[in-house]
Amino acid sequence: MMKPGTDNLLVVEGLDKTFTLHLHGGVRLPVVRGVAFAVRRGECVVLDGPSGAGKSSILKMVFGAYRADAGRILLADGDGLLDIATASPREVMRARRGVMSYVSQFLRVIPRVGAIDIVAAAAREAGREPEAARARAASLLTRLNLPERLWRLPPATFSGGEQQRVNIARGFAGGHALLILDEPTASLDAENRNAVVELIAERRAAGGGFLAIFHDEDVRARLADRLIDVTAFSAQQAA
Amino acid sequence: MSAALLAAEGLCKRYGPIQACRDISFEIDEGEALAIVGESGSGKTTLLNLIAGLTAPDSGQVRYRLRDGAVRDLSSLAEAERRALMRADWGFVHQDAARGLRMSISAGGNIGERLMALGDRHYGRIRAAAARWLERVEIPADRLDDPPWTYSGGMRQRLQIARNLVTSPRLVFMDEPTGGLDVSVQARLLDLIRGLIAEMGLAVVLVTHDLAVARLLSNRIVVMKGGEAIESGLTDRVLDDPKTPYAQLLVSSVLAV
Amino acid sequence: MTARAYNFAYLDEQTKRMIRRAILKAVAIPGYQVPFASREMPMPYGWGTGGVQVTAAILGPDDVLKVIDQGADDTTNAVSIRAFFVRTAGVRVTTDAEEATIIQTRHRVPETPLRQGQILVYQVPIPEPLRYLEPRETETRAMHALAEYGVMHVKLYEDISRHGHIATTYAYPARVADRYIMDPSPIPKFDNPKLDDCPALQLFGAGREKRIYAIPPHTSVVPLDFEDHPFERTKFDSACALCGATDAYLDEVVMDDAGGRMFVCSDTDYCAKRQTAKRKDAAE
Repeated sequence: MMKPGTDNLLVVEGLDKTFTLHLHGGVRLPVVRGVAFAVRRGECVVLDGPSGAGKSSILKMVFGAYRADAGRILLADGDGLLDIATASPREVMRARRGVMSYVSQFLRVIPRVGAIDIVAAAAREAGREPEAARARAASLLTRLNLPERLWRLPPATFSGGEQQRVNIARGFAGGHALLILDEPTASLDAENRNAVVELIAERRAAGGGFLAIFHDEDVRARLADRLIDVTAFSAQQAA
Repeated sequence: MSAALLAAEGLCKRYGPIQACRDISFEIDEGEALAIVGESGSGKTTLLNLIAGLTAPDSGQVRYRLRDGAVRDLSSLAEAERRALMRADWGFVHQDAARGLRMSISAGGNIGERLMALGDRHYGRIRAAAARWLERVEIPADRLDDPPWTYSGGMRQRLQIARNLVTSPRLVFMDEPTGGLDVSVQARLLDLIRGLIAEMGLAVVLVTHDLAVARLLSNRIVVMKGGEAIESGLTDRVLDDPKTPYAQLLVSSVLAV
Repeated sequence: MTARAYNFAYLDEQTKRMIRRAILKAVAIPGYQVPFASREMPMPYGWGTGGVQVTAAILGPDDVLKVIDQGADDTTNAVSIRAFFVRTAGVRVTTDAEEATIIQTRHRVPETPLRQGQILVYQVPIPEPLRYLEPRETETRAMHALAEYGVMHVKLYEDISRHGHIATTYAYPARVADRYIMDPSPIPKFDNPKLDDCPALQLFGAGREKRIYAIPPHTSVVPLDFEDHPFERTKFDSACALCGATDAYLDEVVMDDAGGRMFVCSDTDYCAKRQTAKRKDAAE
């Protein structure tokens, strides 16, 4: 039984998830049961397991994008702990502004907004002033090797790799304590993958916590402090 | 901890045999955008009219926190108070821009009206404020003296938004703001609305049947069907992991949400 | 038909009472439009039926009546209405504004300053100043009740944006006793200042629209304007060609088809008096 300590950013306990597909006669798809782990400051925890084991679902439950059927998701929020599993929408929104950030596998593209504005908006939401936010966005996009001539353009016409770099920059722009990453480097070439790895390592050294899914062995080797085998929490046998 | 900006509690409304709203409750605060989604006949427009004080509920109440901090039951407001609220503290963006504009009055007159209603008596200042807002909603400055019947649909909608926001309201109601507009026009309008919500810290209650609009603009969502709130919560959660059968049906029916 | 076939001043006494009640309400609430049961009159709507009903309700056998139309005693409207009251009331009529106790007017205020005890009755086509912007009667009533007058300034704003100045030159809206906004009937804005703090009682009758309103003596009547576009009285470039007046409202009279024109006082009584005075001076 893990107890929240001052170093813990995230403590997950007894997390269950089952999908009920009402449109298919109510068929139940159990995903995970009794998930438990913690993420500390300055630590990168990687979820491991085959496709379909429930890794992404766990990340989404931590971020509040999926419901948890049971269990607790304790996030260190300022002085106290917030249980994301039972928190109100407003509390989760506040946590997303100030504490945790999520980088999905693909950028969800919205029309008309330039790349730098997307990233700067994330920094503003986390509380920065407009100029500082823009400066931070510029610095992140530079780190991630996105050419300056693309900054003002909406990412809809970018390549997959360029879009993903905007996505990653957005995730990092707010300086959140906990970053949740779902295969962030899958669409990147070696050089850009390296830039991302360095960015993560730097933040980790500065105390940032990471909960991530990486398939690339090399990236794992460089970043993972601990591997959590998600198959240990498989609900399929129980069903 | 102060009261919510707007709190709806147990709202019920029936029209003859039809129960348009059944025991609906929710709260909204500054800086939050709430989408009320549903198909035709779900009761979403009735709900919007109830919380905007345009219709009286059969039971339940709507409470609003005024600028001075006092919390008032909307049904207890005198007509003069309600109108003052609609003029200075609230906005209402109609689906049909013609309902929310004076079609034969110039854009400047439309935007300046609220300022004049609040007592501004300096033509030059009113005109300058109207011109600034025209720019903000991306309408060319040389259209300031043109009446909106000469505008395209998208421009009319943007003018309607400017007219509503000129007094920096805290709460804006929107009824299908992009309904009936061409796709590219919609995109521009949605982008504008998104930006203004973020910039001005508006609280928004938005009625739409379009889940993509809900996802883009709102952080919380209420799914309505047959007058009931079937499911509610964080927008991305309800759209990515819908719990109820109806919400699952709605989400799966859309091509790309 | 002899005068005996009609009640004094045409209307029956009960109708006069009804109209007087409306007038009393109007006087009690300056600038507020009081609905009244406008009667069928022996002239069509648009010919002053409202003004005629007000005059008929207040006329007494000792009154001296003057009727003007656009300032003149001798135009069609004035002549007909004057003849109407001679026939139905037998009262003394005059063209002299100083002598009259009741002056019924269409679209002008006499140049001669009015005094206490006189009543000026205006003929009004559209009494509602908000009608231009708000066609719904239910809404305009609410707006008056709640003093929601922002939209009046929208109209003036439009004028300035279109013409560079407030282009309203007649029926210029004004605020009465700091409360109600009224349409003073299609008098030129030149006349607006005369309504303010006037010693006489001013009554307004709209027959087709069925409204009566009033400005009691010495009531403030302030024309609407903007801080940076204040209300300005019309100024004429020339003086009256007949009497030399420089402070009167002038009509433009076309003399020939070569563009020749002259400006003369619209108020015929005022002009005639000044001409008489001039001749007297010249003779002395």
